[in-house]
Amino acid sequence: MTPIATSRSTAGLPTGTLGVWWLLASEIVIFGGVLCSYIMHRLSHGWWAAEAAHTNAYIGLTNTFVLLTSSLFAVLAHAAAERGDGKLAARRLWYTIGGGATFLIIKSIEWTIEISSGMTISSSSFWSFYYTAAGIHASHVIAGMIAMSVVAIDAAKGKFLHRVENAGIYWHFVDLVWIFLFPLLYIAK
Amino acid sequence: MAHAVDHAPSHDEHGHHEQSFFLKYLWSTDHKMIAMQYMFTGMIMALIGGFFAYVFRMQNAFPGMAVPGFGMVTPADYNMLVTNHGTIMIFWVAMPVLVAAFGNFLIPLMVGCDDMVFPKLNRLSYQIFLLSAIVLVAGFFVPGGGFGGAWTAYPPLSAVGKYNLTPAGSSFWVLAVALEFVAFLLGGINFITTSMNSRAPGMKLYDIPIVVWTIVIASMLFMASVGPLIAGAIMLLFDQNLGTGFFDPGKGGDPVLWQHLFWFFGHPEVYVVLLPTLGIVAEIMCVFSRKKLFAYKTVLYTMFGTGILSFTVWAHHQFISGIDPRMANVFTITTLLISIPIAEMCFVYIATLYKGSITLSTPMLWALGFMATFLIGGVTGIYLGTAGSDIYFHDTYFVLAHFHYTFFPIAIVGTYAGVTHWYPKMFGRMLDETLGKLHFWLTIIPFNCIFIPLFFLGLWGEHRRIYSYELFDELWKYQGIRQFATVSLCIMLGAQLIFIFNFFKSLRSGAVASANPYNANTLEWQCPSPPPHGNFAELPTCYRGPYEYSHPDRKEDFWPQNQPA
Repeated sequence: MTPIATSRSTAGLPTGTLGVWWLLASEIVIFGGVLCSYIMHRLSHGWWAAEAAHTNAYIGLTNTFVLLTSSLFAVLAHAAAERGDGKLAARRLWYTIGGGATFLIIKSIEWTIEISSGMTISSSSFWSFYYTAAGIHASHVIAGMIAMSVVAIDAAKGKFLHRVENAGIYWHFVDLVWIFLFPLLYIAK
Repeated sequence: MAHAVDHAPSHDEHGHHEQSFFLKYLWSTDHKMIAMQYMFTGMIMALIGGFFAYVFRMQNAFPGMAVPGFGMVTPADYNMLVTNHGTIMIFWVAMPVLVAAFGNFLIPLMVGCDDMVFPKLNRLSYQIFLLSAIVLVAGFFVPGGGFGGAWTAYPPLSAVGKYNLTPAGSSFWVLAVALEFVAFLLGGINFITTSMNSRAPGMKLYDIPIVVWTIVIASMLFMASVGPLIAGAIMLLFDQNLGTGFFDPGKGGDPVLWQHLFWFFGHPEVYVVLLPTLGIVAEIMCVFSRKKLFAYKTVLYTMFGTGILSFTVWAHHQFISGIDPRMANVFTITTLLISIPIAEMCFVYIATLYKGSITLSTPMLWALGFMATFLIGGVTGIYLGTAGSDIYFHDTYFVLAHFHYTFFPIAIVGTYAGVTHWYPKMFGRMLDETLGKLHFWLTIIPFNCIFIPLFFLGLWGEHRRIYSYELFDELWKYQGIRQFATVSLCIMLGAQLIFIFNFFKSLRSGAVASANPYNANTLEWQCPSPPPHGNFAELPTCYRGPYEYSHPDRKEDFWPQNQPA
């Protein structure tokens, strides 16, 4: 039932890839809104530095490393899909998903420590931004993991291998957002 | 709906088979069916929004009297009605009908392909939209009633339950708006990708009909502006329900942040709905003046320029919100600048009409009516874009009349122009012209009678969102003017019954429309009316631009895009 429209490529890019890029364009402004609001507040509230001192840069750094490694597997999966090796592409996608899961586990341990020490989402505006920004990002990690597992199941059967690249593009974006969040929330004390 | 979509010459794998009602009308991935879903949902919401306007205008003109059909209006009711009138008309009428319904119906037909590139995403987009409408309406019936903190939802009024007295209603409202944005983001991705990637062979960028361009540019503007407000909606929901302090100075937040997030979206949003109407009007004017669109490329670049400029004007809504006066100067300049491209568009349209062979058909009347009324909206905007005069006019009826003179032409006049123009293509029947013209005059004259008096009330200092003016001696003496506006409104709302009657009567007994009743050039007129599933018997190839009317070398005064030279 796929319409002919989907198979056309007037602009020279596959339709799915084009769609993912426009999806990212809309996501950039969502995170842009959160981050700009955060930065403006940060600049006008000197006392946020004292709050930010409670964040744990080591956990943040570990998570950055985990997420970057998972992106590496997304690239390798794309390389395998380009060669037509669906099984290998699927296996590497599952490693990427594993990276996302590790990220979420570390994140929940970190949040548990912070919340049990009394730093909750309603403690102050810094912590409101901290949990909201990281929370929106984490929901994107989960969405990416679900999308990738669908792609991986198909890829293992050798179907829709072109989708591996699209899933990878999305995952790199999720990664990139964290690259912005990490210094803003953890390093800038 | 009497128009069966699938008694077509069977097209590839789309075989001829009976679909169940559920599959055909509610679970369809066909772009035309989704367009109809958006249009009819939008029109039902318009009835609700119109009814709200009737109730609060009646209270405004005859305070303390029971409103027929509603009963006594309490101050809380009044707040809820004005808030949701604005919300519904902009987010649940203008957006779904102008962008989503016309975008879905026209883009695949006009670029010459069989459907949207992501049909399932398209279906999901409508379903989320429908859910958002249900959430909004459900919010009217929760304890405390619907949200009444104005459609701009400024905190702290919107964020704190004990201020707005509608803790549940305000959360429903924010959630509904956020869901609606997600629906249009999905739709917008579809529109842009379809127009970029699925054009008929031979259709170059400058061969795309201008209305497709306008919907694409509108989708891009929406996509680039709505993100911060989605983030803002999440923050507001958290402020309402989790006790965060994004907009609470007591916790280190800032209420003006919401205004920035809201208007960073809110002002481009004006152009999101304006552009599709400008496109619809351009198509109609070319067809009914039998002339090429004047300066196609200039129009296109102007629209992109308008779009970019529209991101730099938002703080003109905040001149009295305590922003830095030096910033107010900057935003005054950008706001005045943006009237230049819009004025240019008006001149381009007049140049298109100049020496044309004009037929005053119903769609053409609506198109001309749009130009005439929108002009007043544009000119009065100059006073509000200038910080010096806006400080006096802010939150008066002058502002209210101004933006109704922009939004009414855009959302209502533009919709009627589009629906009357493409009705033969949508349903395969012609609308009744006499009833159509009667409906036009009985809408456009009362419209002016409603809002011109309100300009004067605003000039005399009448504040918006006041439940009753009985206690304001210096304003109470103008009560006759308020009553005049309200009576005009009732006449205008009554006249809409003519349209509804005409719509359904023509659906059953209108003259059967040929494929190309107006001798138009664009591709949607080159397939049967109504288009079958899959649209074209054979997908067209494009040979020329969309507006080759009255070409000197040809006997006929039109030259369809798909006709080989």
